[in-house]
Amino acid sequence: MSDAALLEVRNLRLSVRTDEGIAQILDHVELVLPHGHILGVVGESGCGKSTLARAVLGIVPKTATIESGEIRLEGEDMLRLSDREMTERVRGRRIGFIPQDPYLALNPVFTIGSQLLSPLRWHSPPTLRTERERRGHLVSLLRRVQIPEPEAVLERYPHQFSGGQRQRLMIAGALACGPSLVIADEPTTALDVTTQLQILKLLKSLTEEFGIGMLFVTHDFGVVAQLCDSITVMYAGQTVEAGPTREVLADPRHPYTRALLACHPDRSDGLTGIPGLVPSPLAPPTGCRFTPRCTHAVEVCSRRTPRFVSDSPGHLVSCRLADEHRKVGL
Amino acid sequence: MLRFVLRRLLLVIPSLAGLLVMTFFLIRVVPADPAAALAGENATPAQVAEIRRQYGLDQPLYVQFAVYLGQVARLDFGESAYSRRPVSLDIKLRLPATLELTVTALLLATLLGIPLGTIAAVHHNRWPDTLLRILSVGGIAVAAFWFAIELQLLFAMQLDWLPLRGRMSPGLTAPPTLSGFLLIDSLLAGRLDAFRDALRHLVLPAFTLSLGGLATIMRFTRAGVLETLQKDFVTYERAQGFPPHALIWKFVLRNSVVAAITQIGLLFGSTIAGAVVVETIFDWPGIGFYTVQAILTADYKVMLAVTLLIGVIYALVNILVDVVHGLIDPRLRERG
Amino acid sequence: MLVLAKFAKDKPAVLGATIVLLIAIVAILAPLLAPYPADVSASHLLRRLKPPTWAHPFGTDNLGRDIFSRVILGARGALTIALMVVGISMLIGVPLGLVAGYYQGWASEVIMRVTDVFLAVPQLILALAIAQLMGPSLQSAMLALTLTYWPFFTRIVYAEARRLEASLFIDALQCIGARGPRILFLHILPNCISPIIVRATIGMGFTILVAAVLGFLGMGATPPDPDWGLAISESRAYLPDAWWFSTFPGLAIFLTVLGFNLLGDGLRDIVDPRLRRSR
Repeated sequence: MSDAALLEVRNLRLSVRTDEGIAQILDHVELVLPHGHILGVVGESGCGKSTLARAVLGIVPKTATIESGEIRLEGEDMLRLSDREMTERVRGRRIGFIPQDPYLALNPVFTIGSQLLSPLRWHSPPTLRTERERRGHLVSLLRRVQIPEPEAVLERYPHQFSGGQRQRLMIAGALACGPSLVIADEPTTALDVTTQLQILKLLKSLTEEFGIGMLFVTHDFGVVAQLCDSITVMYAGQTVEAGPTREVLADPRHPYTRALLACHPDRSDGLTGIPGLVPSPLAPPTGCRFTPRCTHAVEVCSRRTPRFVSDSPGHLVSCRLADEHRKVGL
Repeated sequence: MLRFVLRRLLLVIPSLAGLLVMTFFLIRVVPADPAAALAGENATPAQVAEIRRQYGLDQPLYVQFAVYLGQVARLDFGESAYSRRPVSLDIKLRLPATLELTVTALLLATLLGIPLGTIAAVHHNRWPDTLLRILSVGGIAVAAFWFAIELQLLFAMQLDWLPLRGRMSPGLTAPPTLSGFLLIDSLLAGRLDAFRDALRHLVLPAFTLSLGGLATIMRFTRAGVLETLQKDFVTYERAQGFPPHALIWKFVLRNSVVAAITQIGLLFGSTIAGAVVVETIFDWPGIGFYTVQAILTADYKVMLAVTLLIGVIYALVNILVDVVHGLIDPRLRERG
Repeated sequence: MLVLAKFAKDKPAVLGATIVLLIAIVAILAPLLAPYPADVSASHLLRRLKPPTWAHPFGTDNLGRDIFSRVILGARGALTIALMVVGISMLIGVPLGLVAGYYQGWASEVIMRVTDVFLAVPQLILALAIAQLMGPSLQSAMLALTLTYWPFFTRIVYAEARRLEASLFIDALQCIGARGPRILFLHILPNCISPIIVRATIGMGFTILVAAVLGFLGMGATPPDPDWGLAISESRAYLPDAWWFSTFPGLAIFLTVLGFNLLGDGLRDIVDPRLRRSR
């Protein structure tokens, strides 16, 4: 068990039934997150990042089917667990969740206390058997995430907090039961820039302090550069590139990663974008899905799906160019 | 919270004022000759003139309206032509029976409607949902007076399981009146026999009366739960490992019942109106039965008093609904 | 076409439309369809209170009249009342709602206060009172129902008109100099049509129900009209033996109202995107 990665996703395929047909939302997704690391999952909207986060938690919509693959948490395949086992042993307990929009993620008609204490009651970690211990634990966590007057906060309602404070509450909630993995789904997108920075710093220091691994979903390379140890880039439901943050940023191999980086305001001169749109998951292009938008595309790209293989140690890419590069190198 | 309640009370005043004007117009202006109407069909012209003078109907309208307001303020609605007693006394004696019936019916509608609506939403578009949807449309479509008669036919006349009519069996002495609700009074007096009898009498009328409300509450709960289930906080709560039953029945439901509770307020009016029919069929000694008698015998004073009474009850219940909203949703309390 | 396809997928709504269509056909062809059309007023004391047989599928009533025929003939009366009441209520309620919603000011306030007062008193009680004040008859009942139903139209049209009045495209029209009445009837009214149709459909069912209550209480149709509510009222003296006497007219009311309600629900789902999602 100890040598298994914290989270390992292998060959994950997920489709959703819609009125217009079957949509392939995730296709051959690969991902490895070692213990205590922060992994950034990057891509445009609609490329399946959030669905991936939900699939790990087992809370995909009823219309979705996981067709194949493995999701291993510390070696244990989550897809083999029943929904009940996931509820009792995994969600909130071993995996904490930080949502995208703290304005919408707190139930408006319950106090902060009843929302954040509930999971502690149900999961009831061995050190927190009594209500007093649980309250004390939560209060100290709230203090740790820099919420003023933590005791009083438990009696208040969500609408009485600012966005940044709410996101701190969500972070405390995610850490409450002592998880080994935290999934953060664009946790700073809904916040203003200064608050964003504070939250990122807080997340970084907390993961180090508690030795927690984090799956950080975002569309912002800037955030990834500040926070993450490694990156996985997704496009149209597929993982196209993965590797250590520094290496991927310095030497992006996939044309999509390059295009994304070129779009980032810090790096580009004007307002550029990637021409075209993310293809509809109802009718994905054959072969490499980036072909229609790729400036390096050749005829073979739309015929053969490139393999997701190691380009240099720890750096994986799925692109024809990388394949050829390697052959030349050999 | 007190300020919240007071504000709600103030908001009702225009509606009540309008109700007073409307009832005044109905009684004094709509009939071609209200004095003749009041005097009855066989009155001589002299009697009509006497009544016209006696009731101040020869005065200008605004004087009449002022007099009318004074009477309403003193709850003086005159004497019922039907029972030969003061209308306010009749109402006082009969109101508890109607309230017991309507409150029981609404309670039944709420206690059944909210869980059934939730079950329908949880099983969205599968057979429990379809079945409950058809039942709820049927519940609104059925004519209460006919349904009541069919229930009597089956459960009272054919099977003889439940009493046919009335509020209590003739042989039993009623428990001392404290709340006016027979169920409560008989329990307070320790009279289990009376309680059982009263309950048996209540079953058919209360069930009949609850149908419309049951259907409505079920529909609104279903729509509310379906809407809440789409919310981000439900995803968050699932992600944090909230067990499904607690998630639905506590965290989702409280967000979803606001619309349904608004309906309970609106339903109070239609349920009291429904009581008019149901009480007539079950010989229930309440306001509804009294109203029908008054209308059939053209007893205007009673009609007037009852219309005002129902308007006031309706307004009060709506305030109550607002207060309950405030209790459920903290954001509303602060908005005032 | 998309609307029709959507409607066709909603099975309860299609069922409702079918019922409404059938009952409309029955009402129009009633004298031809009823096996004993003369039983509107005839009486046959020799065959009174007979249980259902092949000759009289719904049995006979206290005057020996064929209940099946009378139920068929009653459909005509019920639909006529409902159409008149809903139609006239619309003619009163819709313009009032338009005016109140579009023009702000004291007239708007007065209209909406009056509407609120009408809505605060249960429709049935108000209708009973008005019917009695005008003298019990079918005409009074219809007038009473109309007087109590128009506020429902005013309410919804008011809400729609307010929403539209604040919308950009009306602003644009005002900017290019379009005049009030023109905007009201050519631009705002067409946008209110869908909720009006939904309300009218549900109102048909509702009116049939309340009209039946008025008939039942003797404040509506008078003997020997083949009115459904009246028939149930007459049947009470002959229960429990003549169960068919009350059961079949009641089922007729139920089926008709159910048809209109299912249809109205289906239409609302198509018209109102917010509720459609909840289906």
